[in-house]
Amino acid sequence: MVATTATEAVGGTGAAAAAEGHKVIDPIHQFEIERIIPIRFGDLDLSLTNSGLWALIAVGVVCLLMLTAPTRLIPTRLQSVAESLYELVFGMTQEVLGAQGRAYFPFVFTLFAFILAANVLGLIPGAFTVTSHIIITLALALMVFIGATVIGFIRHGAGYMRLFMPAGVPAPLLPFVVPIEVISYFIRPFSLSIRLFANMMAGHMMLKVIAGFVIMLGVLAGWLPLMALVAIYALELLVAVLQAYVFALLTCLYLNDALHVDH
Amino acid sequence: MDVEAAKMIGAGIAAIALGGAGIGIGHIFGNYLAGALRNPAAAAAQRGTLFLGFAFAEATGLIGFAVAMLILFG
Repeated sequence: MVATTATEAVGGTGAAAAAEGHKVIDPIHQFEIERIIPIRFGDLDLSLTNSGLWALIAVGVVCLLMLTAPTRLIPTRLQSVAESLYELVFGMTQEVLGAQGRAYFPFVFTLFAFILAANVLGLIPGAFTVTSHIIITLALALMVFIGATVIGFIRHGAGYMRLFMPAGVPAPLLPFVVPIEVISYFIRPFSLSIRLFANMMAGHMMLKVIAGFVIMLGVLAGWLPLMALVAIYALELLVAVLQAYVFALLTCLYLNDALHVDH
Repeated sequence: MDVEAAKMIGAGIAAIALGGAGIGIGHIFGNYLAGALRNPAAAAAQRGTLFLGFAFAEATGLIGFAVAMLILFG
């Protein structure tokens, strides 16, 4: 925004060229939030936006998959999708959190399923990617961070502070180690949210830029970037699944810190 | 300096971050391959860790890419 106004202030050929460039490739446009059903209570804006709509669609898809998949002894294709997602996250909570992981499995699975559905649905051309906005991912990450911190203090009381003092560190090093541990603890929600949001946003911008190359080069040479586009789309599909997995795994690791502070 | 030229230079500098991501991803896959060839039996179990490392390394570079795009088009 600041850069745009600066260009306008300079005026002349620069602004004209920029406006022309925006017409051909505008990778930012896909992240714009539009109101679909305006709802207002005074100053409070509760409109249903395209972001909210796709978040609801993601929740709906997850509910449909997990609730309506048949429960046969020999699984159907849809059932094995639902079961392998369940088993993936269940195995992860058992592996990282141990026997206590069972209590936190519903939370981790809800996070994983929502992020996975939002990421994958965002890859449909024309769809809105819910997780490409930092406000969404930061809200999810803060939920994990605050939740894990509260669980840690409830379970261990002030003993949770031992997390900042790793065992076996010589006393002269403690003044250096403790601040680093504290900073790395409080940076967690930001690294967690920025990782997901930057991956989604950069991936979609890259797809849009290369799709712009296809249009610009036309029929003669456009198939070259089209091939790259197909390959990058496959990579983005991998990244969409991987980032949901990474988010869930890091949630487990943070919960593990809160549950087993002595390790 | 012209603002437009400065934006282009800034976006180019921001894109250097992708070089670091390339080194990191190559390092991860190379080391995985080296380990997997020494002990193929243990390779399959570490594939999850491999992709975890790949995701971490890629994320740092993508932040640079996002900054470059925001400078150019934002």
